[in-house]
Amino acid sequence: MATITDPMILRQIIMDHYEHPRNRHLSDEQGYLSVRKDSESCIDDITMQVKFNGDNIEDIRFDGEACTISSASTSILTELVKGKSIEEATNIITNYKNMIYELPYDEELLEEAIAFQNVHKQANRIKCATIGFDALEDIIKEYKGGQ
Amino acid sequence: MYDINEVRKNYPMLNGVKMDGQDLVYLDSAATALKPQCVIDKVVEYYAEYSTNAHRGDYALSHRTDSEYENVRKIAQRLINAKSELEIVYTYGTTHGINMLAHGIKHQLKKGDVILLCEAEHASNVLPWFRLKEEIGIEIEYIPLNDEYKLTLDNFKKAMHDKVKIVSLAHIGNVLGFIIDMKEITKIAHEYGALVAVDGAQSVPHIPVDVQELDIDFLNFSAHKLGGPSGIGVFYGKYDLLNNLEAYNLGGGMNTRIECNTCYYIKNAPFKFEAGTPAIEATIGMGRAMEYIMELGLNNIHQHLCEIRKYAIDCLQNEVEGITIYNPDSESGPIAFNVIGYEGARAQDIGSALATRGIAVRTGEHCAKLLVDVLETKGTVRASLYLYNSKADMDRLVEAIKEIVKGDALDWLL
Ligand SMILES: Cc1ncc(COP(=O)(O)O)c(C=O)c1O
Repeated sequence: MATITDPMILRQIIMDHYEHPRNRHLSDEQGYLSVRKDSESCIDDITMQVKFNGDNIEDIRFDGEACTISSASTSILTELVKGKSIEEATNIITNYKNMIYELPYDEELLEEAIAFQNVHKQANRIKCATIGFDALEDIIKEYKGGQ
Repeated sequence: MYDINEVRKNYPMLNGVKMDGQDLVYLDSAATALKPQCVIDKVVEYYAEYSTNAHRGDYALSHRTDSEYENVRKIAQRLINAKSELEIVYTYGTTHGINMLAHGIKHQLKKGDVILLCEAEHASNVLPWFRLKEEIGIEIEYIPLNDEYKLTLDNFKKAMHDKVKIVSLAHIGNVLGFIIDMKEITKIAHEYGALVAVDGAQSVPHIPVDVQELDIDFLNFSAHKLGGPSGIGVFYGKYDLLNNLEAYNLGGGMNTRIECNTCYYIKNAPFKFEAGTPAIEATIGMGRAMEYIMELGLNNIHQHLCEIRKYAIDCLQNEVEGITIYNPDSESGPIAFNVIGYEGARAQDIGSALATRGIAVRTGEHCAKLLVDVLETKGTVRASLYLYNSKADMDRLVEAIKEIVKGDALDWLL
């Protein structure tokens, strides 16, 4: 996938995921690990659920109150990692965070998530753009710790 | 009245500081106020000329520290017209002071006693009381706000009853900025035998607060919101009430005698509450900040604020389509609003878009999480003004919002 730079398209990606978030409803079924992340400094308060199958992320969901950036970035994340292995997901998280912190990254891996490449311009929004990724990292850690 | 252009020259932050490449328009003074040069100088002077401990040394330099440090009690006494300088306790800010009060008065309360708050209170005036509910079973009740989100005397009277022991209210709220009729409130509360604790974090910097005239029992405020250093504030109490509170922090400076058999004797207020080496330079800086606002005149500060606020409200209402202002007729710092398409959770995008235009505001719940339900929105944009803001600042705000509404609040991200 070539880098998208057209602001119109980037805006559409963000607003589409904000207004129609993917995988946004929690499951009552057994077998999910979950984590709640809330920020005391803004309204963000999301809960993420992940169902693992061996080394794979079989399902991932989230819900909660979230701003444009946290909602859209978490929605994009769920699409990126669903069905992938833990290793692939970890690699995506690392590359995404490198992008956020202006380090070298592989944009091929990030697909629509590159819409957040400029978030460092308002550094206080970095926490919005990373809250879902932090949540997934926590869950992976918990899963690995329990294995 | 003061000359706003002259006043602005006293603030280094308003002379050359850029945000996102533009001259800073600082509209977040409800969070913390900018510091005038005289305060900065006063703090630096302590570091450079007499940085010794307070109440400790046997040499002249430390005597200077003592007198500068203790003199601030007299300045604070003058600012709020307390009866005695001994009614002034140094705290590390409003939050600390309210916790000191809630802890200190616990032994005078019992299960079933009621603490009366209102729905707009800051977390700092909510959680210390919640803990008393957990600890000793007091009850928390709230005075409801009216349709305009104001606390009316009528609603207050309806909420009062014999079990209410403490009424704890912000004199001016940090989101909407309405000034409540404290004089009537203390009068009514005292008829019921209740004490009145005032969160003055937003009022003491903005309007004349006379604790004797208002008959306030306890008052807390922070220096950083009136142009002083952070980490320092004042807890005022009528002397006997203050002296009857229990101290939480024990240690050096607050005791008179210690014996091996674990007996110890503590000083009287205010010193019993001030264990350990205090924030000396912050205290001295606070004194200078208080003098500075008294030199300008609190009535003048209030009048200036009302003028530029009214100017901003008129422009916003006339020129920005789809703006909702929650407190158009409030008479203090904050202007709380949302613009169409960016309500609630998206208020933060307005905050970021303003930031890229050099304008500092705050968005979200502003630590008043109970208010979110009353306003029926998950968040608002708060532009909060103080004595150094100018009409030109208001013009920048209005123009920026117009531009954002016409364009896209995410433009900086794309
Ligand atoms: C009304 C009100 N109460 C309490 C506080 C807490 O003050 P501080 O953070 O200085 O302790 C604030 C400050 O945000 C406030 O605006």
